[in-house]
Amino acid sequence: MNIQARHEGGVTIIEPKGKITIGVGDVALREAVAEALEAGARSILLNLSKTTTIDSSGIGEMVSAYTTVTQRGGMLKLCSLPNRVSDILQITQLISVFEVFDSEAEAIESF
Amino acid sequence: MSDVDREAPKVRIAIGSRYDHIDLIALVVDDALTRLGLDEDARHWVGIALREAVANAIKHGNQQDPEKKVEVELAVDADQAVIRVCDHGEGFDLETVEDPLAPENLLKPSGRGIFYMKSFMDAIEYTPRPEGGTIVTLRKRLSGKRDTPDQAEDH
Repeated sequence: MNIQARHEGGVTIIEPKGKITIGVGDVALREAVAEALEAGARSILLNLSKTTTIDSSGIGEMVSAYTTVTQRGGMLKLCSLPNRVSDILQITQLISVFEVFDSEAEAIESF
Repeated sequence: MSDVDREAPKVRIAIGSRYDHIDLIALVVDDALTRLGLDEDARHWVGIALREAVANAIKHGNQQDPEKKVEVELAVDADQAVIRVCDHGEGFDLETVEDPLAPENLLKPSGRGIFYMKSFMDAIEYTPRPEGGTIVTLRKRLSGKRDTPDQAEDH
C-alpha cells in the first residue's frame, strides 16, 4: 500500500493504493491525513479508486479522519469508490455520513 | 465429476501475533477457497471476515504478544467452508459488543469487525477453549448463489 497526495483547485487529494487494513494501510492513511492537516489543508478528498481491500480498521481510520478534519473546521469527502468499498460503507450505514462523489472532478467542484 | 476439488486438504497455519502476518493467512486461505470453487467475489468477503477474526485474535485475544500464536484452520463440513481462528487470550463475551449501527456508535473509530464478520459469512460463533482462549468459527456455503452484502439479511 502506498499513498500519494496532490493538490488541485485548493483541494488536497489523498489517493491510497492497495489495501487499507489493520497495521499497514490504516496507519499510512492516518499519517497522510495528519500531514495534510499539519500543512494547513482544510479541503481534503480521499480518492479511493485504487483501494483494493478495506477492513474495519481502514473504515475506522476514515471515520477518525472525517471527525478530525471536521473538528478543525475542514471538510473531508470521498470519491471514486470501487463497489466493494461502497458496499462495506453501506452496510455500516457510513455511506450517508460521508459526502461521496462518482468522480474526482465533481468532488473538487463541490468544495 | 466437476473440476472443483471437494477433497482439498485442510489448511492449518499458525502465526505469531503480528498484523503483518495477516496477509499470509489471507493468501493461503484464498488459495484453498479457490480450489473449493468459491468465486472471486465471495472469496473477497470471506477474506475480509477472516482478516477481522485474525485481527481480533491478535489484538483482543493475544494482546499483540508476538510469542502467542494465532492458529487458523480451514476444513470442509458438508457443503460449507469452515474456518476456525484460535487465540490464547482471556476469552471473549459476544454479548458485550455494542451495535455499530446505533446512532451513538456510528462515528466511533472501532467496533465494526464482528458486524462485518456476521454480514459476510453465513454463520459465526465464539467458543471458549478449555485450555484458555477463544475459537471463532466462520462458516460459508460453497454452493448456491451467495448474498452480496447489499442482499444479506440484517444482522
